[in-house]
Amino acid sequence: MHELSITQSVVDEVLSRAGSRRVHAVRLQVGALTAVVPASLEFCFDLVAAGTVVEGARLEIDVTPARAACRACGVSFDLPDPVLLCACGSADVSVLAGRELKIVSMEVG
Amino acid sequence: MLAKNDAIARDNRAWLRKRDAIALNLMSSPGSGKTTLLERTLVALARVRPAAVIEGDQATSLDAERLRRTGAPAVQVNTGAGCHLDAALVRSALSRLDPPAGAVVFVENVGNLVCPAMFDLGEQRKVVVISVTEGTDKPLKYPYMFAAADLVLINKIDLLPYVDFDLDLCAKHARAVNPDLTLLTVSATTGDGLPSWYEWIAAI
Repeated sequence: MHELSITQSVVDEVLSRAGSRRVHAVRLQVGALTAVVPASLEFCFDLVAAGTVVEGARLEIDVTPARAACRACGVSFDLPDPVLLCACGSADVSVLAGRELKIVSMEVG
Repeated sequence: MLAKNDAIARDNRAWLRKRDAIALNLMSSPGSGKTTLLERTLVALARVRPAAVIEGDQATSLDAERLRRTGAPAVQVNTGAGCHLDAALVRSALSRLDPPAGAVVFVENVGNLVCPAMFDLGEQRKVVVISVTEGTDKPLKYPYMFAAADLVLINKIDLLPYVDFDLDLCAKHARAVNPDLTLLTVSATTGDGLPSWYEWIAAI
């Protein structure tokens, strides 16, 4: 349950920017390769936000699909799972997207 | 999202650098032989350079007591319900440990192949230990951990004649999720392969 610590870290960060203003929504970007389960974040978010100005805020999570580029054949492609393998057979692959863990925005007021 | 942890991890790294010290984050499932590996490593390193241990477990100080018997300083961190060490836990452990100049600090993470992969502790390198009594397909089942690792140590190779473990296939699986990995095979019980592990540490 590392999502609980991660959610705590998100809410701490949001609280430090919000001051005493009410937070209505928080938007996160989570890469598909990050081992973070969006449903767990949602579950933890309400628990962690309770009793703060973030309580009741909407949590919006955009999952960024994983993309990779093959160094052997030069093709860019979607990664269906964390196995770094190109259709050409090469495993010499670099990850272009899917490792994001960002707080994108928040709505306050 | 992990900015706070990562900032403390950077502080830890800078704190260690001032002492000319480094930290290694050792991760594995429970029972892979991490503590036995550390016992032997601490004895071998004692002649070469100072070493110290931060020992993470959910409960008890059994492992820290066991490792102190090698003569190296060790502090225990109990995470309670927590499933991983984070940079703040390591920061407070480092200040209690007070490692000597030039030390290698081995951070033995909580036995778990899932959660610890996400948290930078301020280490120089991440080391994943698996053993041949586990499944050959472990790197595919826990890809995030293997993707984060710098080194994979395959331990208990003295048991290879008795178990159904395919070293080459396991190495292939590990490289499929992380092409840049270094892989070493060792037996912490017999000492087989350990010189390469010591050389890897010395080269950091």
